[in-house]
Amino acid sequence: MAKGSGNAAPAPASASAARGFDMAAHVRRINAQDKAATVVLTLIVGFVLLILAAIVVYVLASGAGKLFDLGFLTGKPQQFKEGGGIGPQLFNSFYLLVLTLLISVPISLGAAIFLAEYAPDNRATAIAKTLIETLSSLPSIVVGLFGFLFFVLYLGWGFSIIAGAVALTMFNVPILVRVIQQALENVPRTQRDAALAMGLTRWETTIHVLLPVAMPAIVTGIVLSAGRVFGEAAALIFTAGQSAPMLDFTNFDLSSPACPWNVFRPAETLAVHIWKINSEGVVPDLEAVSNGTAAVLLVCILAFNLLARLVGKLLERRMTSE
Amino acid sequence: MQGQLISRRSFIGAAAGAAMAFAGLGLVGCGSSGSGNSGDAASGSAGAALSGTVTAVGSTALQPLCEAAAEQFMAENAGVQITVQGGGSGQGITQIAQGAVQIGNSDVFAETKLENASDLDKIKDNRVCVVGMGPIVNSDVTIDDISLEDLKGIFTGKITNWKEVGGNDEDIVVINRASGSGTRATFEAAVLAGEEAPFDFKPQEQDSSGTVTKMVSTTPGAISYVAFSYYDESFKALKVDGVDPAPENVEDNSWTIWAYEHMYTVAEPDEATQAFIDYMMSDEVQSSLVEAQGYIPVSGMKVEKDADGNVTTL
Amino acid sequence: MAKHVPKRRVELVGKGVTGACIALVALLVVTLVAMVAQRGISTFAVDGINLFDFLTGTTWNPHQDDANGMPTVGALPMIVGSFSVTILSTLVALPIAVGSAIFVVEVAPGFGRRVFQPLIELLVGIPSVVYGLIGLTVIVAWTRDVGGMLGQNITGYGIFSSSIVLAVMILPTVTSLSIDALAAVPNEYREGSYALGCTRWQTVWNVVLRSALPSLMTAVILGMTRAFGEALAVQMVIGNAAQIPSSLFTPASTLTSVLTMGMGNEAMGTVYNDVLWSLALLLMAMSLVFILIIHLIGRKGARKHG
Repeated sequence: MAKGSGNAAPAPASASAARGFDMAAHVRRINAQDKAATVVLTLIVGFVLLILAAIVVYVLASGAGKLFDLGFLTGKPQQFKEGGGIGPQLFNSFYLLVLTLLISVPISLGAAIFLAEYAPDNRATAIAKTLIETLSSLPSIVVGLFGFLFFVLYLGWGFSIIAGAVALTMFNVPILVRVIQQALENVPRTQRDAALAMGLTRWETTIHVLLPVAMPAIVTGIVLSAGRVFGEAAALIFTAGQSAPMLDFTNFDLSSPACPWNVFRPAETLAVHIWKINSEGVVPDLEAVSNGTAAVLLVCILAFNLLARLVGKLLERRMTSE
Repeated sequence: MQGQLISRRSFIGAAAGAAMAFAGLGLVGCGSSGSGNSGDAASGSAGAALSGTVTAVGSTALQPLCEAAAEQFMAENAGVQITVQGGGSGQGITQIAQGAVQIGNSDVFAETKLENASDLDKIKDNRVCVVGMGPIVNSDVTIDDISLEDLKGIFTGKITNWKEVGGNDEDIVVINRASGSGTRATFEAAVLAGEEAPFDFKPQEQDSSGTVTKMVSTTPGAISYVAFSYYDESFKALKVDGVDPAPENVEDNSWTIWAYEHMYTVAEPDEATQAFIDYMMSDEVQSSLVEAQGYIPVSGMKVEKDADGNVTTL
Repeated sequence: MAKHVPKRRVELVGKGVTGACIALVALLVVTLVAMVAQRGISTFAVDGINLFDFLTGTTWNPHQDDANGMPTVGALPMIVGSFSVTILSTLVALPIAVGSAIFVVEVAPGFGRRVFQPLIELLVGIPSVVYGLIGLTVIVAWTRDVGGMLGQNITGYGIFSSSIVLAVMILPTVTSLSIDALAAVPNEYREGSYALGCTRWQTVWNVVLRSALPSLMTAVILGMTRAFGEALAVQMVIGNAAQIPSSLFTPASTLTSVLTMGMGNEAMGTVYNDVLWSLALLLMAMSLVFILIIHLIGRKGARKHG
């Protein structure tokens, strides 16, 4: 979308000022107004950037000491002594994220394709759309409590990674569906029409033509949603639990709580760890651990953002070069 | 072009398929594995390696101690897997009464949480340690000692300025604990002694000890109460009626604000669970971990408290 | 002909699989609503607490019985608290968000796309606990100090501090949705306005904002749902006193803050636990109302644009 034209300075129609009121004064006034508005807008944006910078610098600076400390990043947390690390939490965060994406991406892809391509214009579609919107507006604590009730207790999964992943999926799906649906609908009409005119079915058109074209936007959307999932805590406290069993990376017995890949073991993530140690922690270096964890989290999210843009750009280049 | 399209298509297809299959496996797997019920019990012969899976859920206050003990226990018994989780005392008692876990951790007697008396017969109380609690104030408060009567006045809203209890002229900011929390129940039982705070007295409430200490240390004139294990230099701990908040004063009940930490099991726990409970009660834990974390070993107690708060000398 | 049959089958399979995905999501939402509602309603159906008393009662003290021997569970203080922080934080965030959106879309699109939007996305990813901690150590302290300088003896906890923290938290949501809303205004509108000799500001004010109004309102409502449902950060700065707030600077409480504090402490199936689920039900009902409002706005907008 080209927004460049908005930059062109408007030419005041001063020549035809031979009317009842002073055109020149009017022009001066609206130009002054325009300048004032621009100044105010610039100030607002500057203010937002300032807040942003303040928060990021605050978090990074207070956790800087731990950020490059390999022992902290890979070590195991301490219950009441100094020097605890966040190794299991770091692993849990990423594992939970991968699981969440594995569950939510296919579902969202399917749902979005249905909505964009197949959905009949009837009541059922409208209801399904509304339900997905509802999901996006539900407070995370309500989703967490539902996860606790349904997955943890009713289905008997206990506090577990899988319960957490499904709860996070419930956050992620509405975001992803919106992103993917938008990406599919943004594909130029001509491409779709050409494919359909060639006798391809809707399904073939979607898979062969629309998805590849929409892929950069979809991938960017997925990676960005990963950032949000990564920082979620409220829902996970009630589903994935707040404990990190010792992980043994040589253990491949999928039923053992020490096996890192076991999806039925409880898993505390970075965000939950920050919450837990600030709530009930008794370690003497609590503040350092908390700040360090927050800094690590922020760096991860920063990395996701960069990655999203990078991958999106790369995919786009590949698409357009074809 | 055609080849590329196909390869991309098949890639997407394969990825989606794999993901679906994976998700499917996970969902099927849950049916059979459950939340870690006790595994195959070890043979009865002495010296045989213990094995099994123990899940402890509940009190977040007890979680650090329990986790540290579990770590040591698992180092000695490789066959046992213990998972310690939070969730709160209410959750611990609910889940042990339902038999969903092996251990339910709680800061309070199950009697105070369960409405259904028959549930109490299903569970067994193990008092693993004693926790002492005391009033803490912001460092700008000038008094060091407070009478139980004044404390009661503050927490019922009758005393609102520090000068009324001998301090400087400053408003008292009361930070209470969440209604239903074990710490609050213990504190109110000892300090309010049956009296209830009037309805119109609505102090701030906080659930977690960490947040409470942070609030007290940053808010001038603030008062709250936490377990001894959370005491640090950033705020001031008060004496009550001249008695120091110290373990030896809890042991003979001259410091009256204390409670047990409970680890509830089912009436007939499996071998691994019982072994872990025994380990918690052993000297190995009681005289090292328990004290290191600021708790008081049960063995040293000269008095006993029951669910109704009656204290008897042992 | 022979070639068309499998094609039709492929089409059916495609439709079936994608339809199943959406059905699964829909089913999950329905289960959620049903389960939360079932638990939340049992307070009134099983425990016999009066719904009207629950919604209008001003005293929240579940562990003390009222005159009728029922637990005192008036949720009005939390309802008032939740709405106050939601509205106030939206009022704070809205001008900033829309202002930045105008700047990004109308004044400096290149900077907006490349620098501003990625940066603002960062704010979304910061965990709410971190916002809470910053709020506790920075905002609450500032509020108290400024209050002290003005001769007001306040603790700093309360609706004001919570609203500031929440405003920062919902800023990215409202901003990026506002950017989308403004960017979606067809360029012909702007060009038409410029052709009439209007300045940029006149164009923005009279044309762009006006035609983007329905989408902007959707952005605002979505920001409000986020503020309404935020739990961990608010809990740390609002003070959690279950009383109808008498000012912006006295400790108050929200539905979410009471819910997070209490849920772990109460055993399932007790009255104390049930009333907490009723609070959750209330929260859920409110997000449904918010969605309803968005739908109404959307329909109105669609009608206006023909």
